Amino acid sequence: MNRIKQKLQEDKKILSIYFTAGYPHLDDTIKIIQDLEKNGVDLIEIGLPFSDPLADGPTIQASSTAALKNGMNTALLFEQLKDIRKTVSIPLILMGYFNPVLQYGVEEFCAKCEEIGIDGIILPDLPLDVYQEEYEVIFKKHGLINVFLITPQTSDERIKDIDSASDGFIYMVSSASTTGAKQGFGKEQSDYFDRIADMNLNNPQIVGFGISNAETFGQATQKAKGAIIGSAFIKHLTENGVNGIGDFVKQIR
Amino acid sequence: MKSYHADERGYYGEFGGAFIPEMLYPNCEELRQNYLRIMQEPSFKDEFHQLLKDYVGRPTPLYFAKRLSEKYNTKIYLKREDLCHTGAHKVNNTIGQILMAKKLGKNRIIAETGAGQHGVATATVCALMGIECVVYMGEIDIARQAPNVARMKMLGAEVRPATSGSKTLKDATNEAIRDWINNPVDTHYIIGSVVGPHPYPDMVARFQSVISEEIKNQLQEKEGRENPDYVVACVGGGSNAAGAFYHYLDTPEVGIIAVEAAGKGIHSGESAATSALGKIGIIHGSKTLLMQTQDGQITEPYSISAGLDYPGVGPMHAHLYASGRGEFISITDDDAMNAGMELCKLEGIIPAIESSHALAIFEDRKFNPDDVVVINLSGRGDKDLQNYIDYFKL
Ligand SMILES: Cc1ncc(COP(=O)(O)O)c(C=O)c1O
Repeated sequence: MNRIKQKLQEDKKILSIYFTAGYPHLDDTIKIIQDLEKNGVDLIEIGLPFSDPLADGPTIQASSTAALKNGMNTALLFEQLKDIRKTVSIPLILMGYFNPVLQYGVEEFCAKCEEIGIDGIILPDLPLDVYQEEYEVIFKKHGLINVFLITPQTSDERIKDIDSASDGFIYMVSSASTTGAKQGFGKEQSDYFDRIADMNLNNPQIVGFGISNAETFGQATQKAKGAIIGSAFIKHLTENGVNGIGDFVKQIR
Repeated sequence: MKSYHADERGYYGEFGGAFIPEMLYPNCEELRQNYLRIMQEPSFKDEFHQLLKDYVGRPTPLYFAKRLSEKYNTKIYLKREDLCHTGAHKVNNTIGQILMAKKLGKNRIIAETGAGQHGVATATVCALMGIECVVYMGEIDIARQAPNVARMKMLGAEVRPATSGSKTLKDATNEAIRDWINNPVDTHYIIGSVVGPHPYPDMVARFQSVISEEIKNQLQEKEGRENPDYVVACVGGGSNAAGAFYHYLDTPEVGIIAVEAAGKGIHSGESAATSALGKIGIIHGSKTLLMQTQDGQITEPYSISAGLDYPGVGPMHAHLYASGRGEFISITDDDAMNAGMELCKLEGIIPAIESSHALAIFEDRKFNPDDVVVINLSGRGDKDLQNYIDYFKL
């Protein structure tokens, strides 16, 4: 069974961490992944840097720019990850924008993911209809789970469509915003979390955007299955490099 | 018959579509579901045409350039978009979109701008309607386009610097899109060219199509026929070209010539000739031809003309290129500057440097003496005075 699905069956809240590959240094990728697993993180999203990350706030933008400057690219990331399954067993997801994947070749990209042991892909700018018409067959052939996003503005009808197209979890964007740590969640978010919980979707939901500490992690996972931390972890890397990853994780839970 | 217009899903052949993150889906979907209906409402049409007439100054003249025609031994007409209020064709689109925004109940406008022409045209219509306006502009462009920054401020707009990436037009566009993600309910994004996710390329092309609608009528009057042999326009994102080509797209006897900026030469590493240098990819929500690295990172174009300095082209133009319907020519900085100066001397018209690129084709591209060639003169050169001064040491 796909590692993501297996993990989702565990009776616990999922802590997922995002980082940008090639940041802060080109060769930090493996050490970051290993340290995150060692410290009890459940799932990792490895960001493929892109020159024009439309859905990201300043922190992840800056990490992408730096990673590209360091020399990160798709082929190099695959090279770095080629032996990752010898040491790491938690589910791994690649997250990025569609254009670099398109240039690599979607079929080749998916085949490479399967070969390495990547479990899922998140491409925010690959729309649902295009995925279903052109790429779903390829993703499935290579055992990859494609993760879709929903936001507070997504209609119930579309959420249902996304739920039936999903086969793993739904990435629940916490608020109408780009990525970036904010100051806690308000009533608007808790109403949204309740609304989604009440829909009884087939796929569990993992909340992302604006989660930075134990408090926001707790709020986000009251109803949802898990939560994703991105910008706050990138800030940690900016300040500490790859040191103290355990301390960062422990302050979340 | 094969059509070169967008299909109902926003595709021109294999180009177009809406490759947007889910956060933008409701915004684009609201627009997609309503834009054609709103554009067909009599109250919308009336107000749009009234403003184009009384405020923009349309129809713009179709001028027979006698001395230029003599020099190149063919019949050259200039479509005088430079005479539009604010100095370029950009305002045709912003008038349309501000009315669209009002119909959709939006009370805040955002826009991106490179040289500042679209920013000024957006700030203008926002002042006209009393609507809040925020214009994103790359930090580097703010420094090199000071007069247009001042114009936008005088017109009441807030100019926000885009400090990410390469700090130019594509980054200003990214910032505008991010603003829209953060303000999905009350804000309308006025994109400045036939780029971006569906329905933008089609909507902007329809607003600009008034250009070719007028050319048809004017040519009928002057030449006794609606169709020229060629229609020529410069292409940055491609909105003035889309407007000039629009009513001729499916008329194969009219030749379509798109002129891109070669910068310092196509293979100099400093160019914006997307059709020559680009590959199919995704930029700002659209699948189109795009300048990028082998790894799929979008690269920074170069042209002396800030308005042509975009790493992609609208999907309509990508399709015109790929299908062979359009002839694509690229013109260097030097050739454009000289063609601009030539128009000053021969016709007493100072063109925008963007438009000078279209004028520069006559040196190499020969036409028959009885060919009727319409050049879309997309803008006037006031904004480029400093560039002309520096280049010609005036
Ligand atoms: C006078 C003029 N012409 C042409 C352009 C290029 O834009 P487009 O290709 O959308 O017409 C600009 C853009 O700023 C412009 O100001």
